[in-house]
Amino acid sequence: MEGSVGYDNDLNLRATELRLGLPGTEPVSIVRSNKRSLQQVADDDCGVNGCKSDDQNETAPPPPKAQIVGWPPIRSYRKNNIQTKKNESEGGGIYVKVSMDGAPYLRKIDLKIYSGYPELLQAIENMFKFTIGEYSEREGYKGSDYAPTYEDKDGDWMLVGDVPWEMFITSCKRLRIMKGSEARGLGCGV
Amino acid sequence: MAYSFPDEVLEHVFSFIQSDKDRNAVSLVCKSWYEIERWCRRKVFIGNCYAVSPRMVIRRFPEVRSIKLKGKPHFADFNLVPDGWGGYVLPWIAEMAGAYPWLEEIRLKRMVVTDESLELIAKSFKNFKVLVLFSCEGFSTDGLAAIAASCKNLRELDLRESEVDDLSGHWLAHFPETCTSLVSLNISCLRSDEVSFSALERLVGRCPNLRSLRLNRAVTLDKIANILRRAPQLVDFGTGYYAAELQPDVFSNLAGAFSSCKELKSLSGFWDVVPAYLPALYSICPRLTSLNLSYATIQSPDLIKLVSHCPRLQRLLVLDYVEDSGLEELASSCKDLQELRVFPSDPFGAEPNVSLTEQGLVAVSLGCPKLRSVLYFCRRMSNAALVTIAQNRPNLTRFRLCIIEPKTPDYLTLEPLDVGFGAIVEHCKDLSRLSLSGLLTDHVFEYIGTYGKKLEMLSVAFAGDSDLGLHHVLSGCESLRKLEIRDCPFGDKALLANAAKLETMRSLWMSSCAVSFGACKLLGQKMPKLNVEVIDETEPPDSRPESCPVDKLYIYRSVAGPRFDMPPFVWTMDEAVRILH
Repeated sequence: MEGSVGYDNDLNLRATELRLGLPGTEPVSIVRSNKRSLQQVADDDCGVNGCKSDDQNETAPPPPKAQIVGWPPIRSYRKNNIQTKKNESEGGGIYVKVSMDGAPYLRKIDLKIYSGYPELLQAIENMFKFTIGEYSEREGYKGSDYAPTYEDKDGDWMLVGDVPWEMFITSCKRLRIMKGSEARGLGCGV
Repeated sequence: MAYSFPDEVLEHVFSFIQSDKDRNAVSLVCKSWYEIERWCRRKVFIGNCYAVSPRMVIRRFPEVRSIKLKGKPHFADFNLVPDGWGGYVLPWIAEMAGAYPWLEEIRLKRMVVTDESLELIAKSFKNFKVLVLFSCEGFSTDGLAAIAASCKNLRELDLRESEVDDLSGHWLAHFPETCTSLVSLNISCLRSDEVSFSALERLVGRCPNLRSLRLNRAVTLDKIANILRRAPQLVDFGTGYYAAELQPDVFSNLAGAFSSCKELKSLSGFWDVVPAYLPALYSICPRLTSLNLSYATIQSPDLIKLVSHCPRLQRLLVLDYVEDSGLEELASSCKDLQELRVFPSDPFGAEPNVSLTEQGLVAVSLGCPKLRSVLYFCRRMSNAALVTIAQNRPNLTRFRLCIIEPKTPDYLTLEPLDVGFGAIVEHCKDLSRLSLSGLLTDHVFEYIGTYGKKLEMLSVAFAGDSDLGLHHVLSGCESLRKLEIRDCPFGDKALLANAAKLETMRSLWMSSCAVSFGACKLLGQKMPKLNVEVIDETEPPDSRPESCPVDKLYIYRSVAGPRFDMPPFVWTMDEAVRILH
């Protein structure tokens, strides 16, 4: 029950602050407790047991704005439409070109149909009949001559897998499977 | 006493009584009225498909021609109900296939509809006329092809906001050449580019009674003129993409096609709008009563220009690009406005991207005397603004305000918004639907319990301090039917103290609150006419102490007993079933 006790403590604290001070004073505290609740809510929605201790929440710095499940209350139907517009795509998908060094022609895939990096990389491996190496944050893709890269909104070439999936699909303009020394260069991390 | 009319006379009189409430009242007068009424009831509305079983409905009403069913709880719209929760229509179709061979209309909302269900509909009902699938899912264009091919007298096919597995645009070609009966066709939710346009054109051309046509995104602007010329009798039209390079001949063709539609009153669609093509609508704007621009990313100046041509507008859906200035123009131009919905263009952005504040809503409340229904997303609000709105517009019946950041206080005083929402419920005596947001204490619920006597649906999020809040609502709101709550510190006390109230309501949803598993079990045990269901995707609720809060709770009244189609993450608190589960 610690989850709900934590919640009660939050509210009592805030209530105390309101009673002791005039309305309008200490706005910062209210904001802080907002963020704390959001963090708790975000944790809860990540499937964490409601009875889990929230000690770490108290000591952690205010998190960046966490997206709460189902908030603001907008239907996915509508959310998808906004998303689609931002990606400047046709129909419902996010179509990007995929090129592979040495292959004579490009392919096109819909990033929307994949739920994450493993699925995407599997699909690309199947499409071009090759294997990508093991991904590690430090060393990129090891164990293969190939490295999957993408051009992002700023025009920079990035290694696939570094950023969270949602961020990737909204910023990816096209994919390129690099081969050979160029690929190894990326993997070796500077 | 023997002052009774022959059955046929009573039946004739009853045939003038269409509303469900009145029909229900009629059936309670006496046993013979109950009998006569049940044999001549043609339309049934079931607000919760699990409140009653298909067999029970069929047994009581043997001659039904039209059925409307709702499945998942409203919060399913916001991804709070996990996939596989339920709401399957197949059992209903299967039973009705045998019992209602003359069924003409099926309207479903938030239900899971499979191709198998659609094929069964196509096969079973020879006089089938109306299929409305509102926010449904689980079917593909194959199922639609079956409907198109078999339903010779189909009048309405409306797929609004459903999720369809779009396998092929060619399903439209399955409408036989002999099908000329369509009155309404809404395919706006179809995602693929592949709608068979020539089949669509031919279909539209041979249905002289077509009144409502909503196309999907794939239909490009240049195709609109052709469609409209084939259906100048349209009353309601939904465009596809409303964007193209500006070409004078395309423009004039489009403008001409629109102006030939003398009955056109309602427009929607407008994905990707190029403002330069909006003037093509000017000839019909004076007649427009409903305009849905909620997907149109056009800026305030263009919106203002368009809206100022629509003095008869009653209903407007728009993105917050309209800004306060656009709403001020709306308030001065559209005196017939009854419904306004303003959606956020950037709901997840940390900072406001448009200049839309409480001022816009205040302006509309002041300028539009017929305003009844509001849905408004914004980033700041004040008690003063809410009080002004309430005093300006006591005729409001639906008020849904979403301040995007949870627990946002009054931006002027930094106080909770209790007083503001209190004014809304106090002044708007016919308020039937209310959604709260912003920083709110138990006080707001005290106001709601005291004044919200006509309130039927209440949505609450991130509000309240204690069980007292929930108690105020459950004990005070006499007309309450649907209550949905998320992330509020409401626990066992209020729920158990007001258990009897729950039998007078359709349903209660509580997620991320503080209701314990023990309380749920107790409720399930004491209230056999309630289905108490706990949803937990991580682990069974009885693997933790009884005092632990449950993740999600859905309670609804039912005469059908606990359901048996629950997925593994839904646990019924019905004692008999739970032990076996």
